[in-house]
Amino acid sequence: MQALWLSFRLAATVSALLLLLATPLAWWLSQTRWRAKFLIESIVALPLVLPPTVLGFYLLVLFGARSPLGKLWTDLFGHPLAFTFTGLVFASILYSLPFAVQPLVAAFERVDPRLLDAAAVLGAGRWRAFREILLPLSVPGVVTALVLSFAHTLGEFGVVLMVGGDIPGVSRTVSIAIYDHVQALDYAAANRLALALLFIAFAVLCTVYALNRRVWSPWPARHAR
Amino acid sequence: MHWNGKSARFGASLAALLLFASHSFAQQKRQIRVAAAGDLQAAMPELARVFELQTGIHAEVQFGSSGNFFAQIQNGAPLDVFFSADSDYPRKLEAAGFAAPHSGVVYAIGSIVIWMPASASCDLPRLGWRCLLDPGIKRIAIANPDHAPYGRAAVAALRGAGLYDQLQEKLVLGENISQAALFVQSGNAEAGILARALTLAPALRDGKRWEIPASLYPRIEQSVIVLKSANDAAAADEFVKFATSGPGRKILLNSGFRLPAVMPAAAAARQP
Repeated sequence: MQALWLSFRLAATVSALLLLLATPLAWWLSQTRWRAKFLIESIVALPLVLPPTVLGFYLLVLFGARSPLGKLWTDLFGHPLAFTFTGLVFASILYSLPFAVQPLVAAFERVDPRLLDAAAVLGAGRWRAFREILLPLSVPGVVTALVLSFAHTLGEFGVVLMVGGDIPGVSRTVSIAIYDHVQALDYAAANRLALALLFIAFAVLCTVYALNRRVWSPWPARHAR
Repeated sequence: MHWNGKSARFGASLAALLLFASHSFAQQKRQIRVAAAGDLQAAMPELARVFELQTGIHAEVQFGSSGNFFAQIQNGAPLDVFFSADSDYPRKLEAAGFAAPHSGVVYAIGSIVIWMPASASCDLPRLGWRCLLDPGIKRIAIANPDHAPYGRAAVAALRGAGLYDQLQEKLVLGENISQAALFVQSGNAEAGILARALTLAPALRDGKRWEIPASLYPRIEQSVIVLKSANDAAAADEFVKFATSGPGRKILLNSGFRLPAVMPAAAAARQP
């Protein structure tokens, strides 16, 4: 139960933070005409391609006392970033970044640019146009980003295994706990946790997609606008 | 992409070529597939190299945690020989009928050390345990005691030294002993309790180490078994014999293991 609760907390924290970080980034990506934009897009998509062990290994090196960042963090807070909940949040944000950014960019790009132009002509600033036009028209994208980053973090394994240190209540997430049970040949316990995770994941996805259907249906004809 | 006749023919001939190549390659050379515990990281490549020189049999080695291999073998993993980091897993596999009868042999005795990076300020070789009590030690990496033999030994040693309750909060668990080593080597933990053989591998050789008295933890007897499903049982037997006799024992000794004093009874019984 402790492990399930921890995973839930981690996923909620990460998806909330990711929405805050990914929205401006996605907005910028959808609006910019900068020619080297593909560089940023590639970096954002990297965690999709890299095995979690690679990401976890680099993070471990980055967090370590030998790296400038690791040293700075240890000087400031008195302990390394690895093996802490904060460290896991940091790692998971990187790991789930594309799952938040890509649906948002897609949603923002679908918004008719003429609407934004019209808003600008009518004197709305960029922030107001974003808040009152772009965001309301992109709700499905925002929901998708939130759900995907939540789900992806909930099921995260490799990165947590690499930087977590398997501390109960801090970094023993549900996927790690299941793995530990399997390793210890306690298949019954592994099965219980795995089933619980399966049901929770399914329930979360069902809820969100059901809600999302009310907001945005794949069959627009049924909706009277 | 369109599939037309030309590319289909090309694909088919490519597949045929690959099939032919792999088939003829397999016929060329005798080969065994070896699963090895993480603490053999340094010893096993050398064992395989010398063995191939002597016999012409190629040993394809994969490293992992003993617990993982245990589960994989029970589910039909295509392996011939299994070098475990303990004797329990091989014994259980033998009892469950996955090992060739009487193939279990103790090939090495593992030992554990406290390891710290060379840059550590504490004089580890002189102070031993007392270095772990230094306030600068925030994290101590060990392998997970629930499923890694070396993790169990580390916890037993900490208990034996009367330090477990005091240091428990500082323990971080690697999934296996190599990962625990990575935690310390990368500077995320200040000290680790690691397999001695692992700390003699190139990446860790320069650090400080202190041998934990063997009386503080149960003896880590490491066994090897030949699997019943082995493709080439004769070659697998030969590799085990090599690892547990003259040159193989010397390689294991040089890699930081202790050796079983006499040739174990099981191996003697296996001799015709």
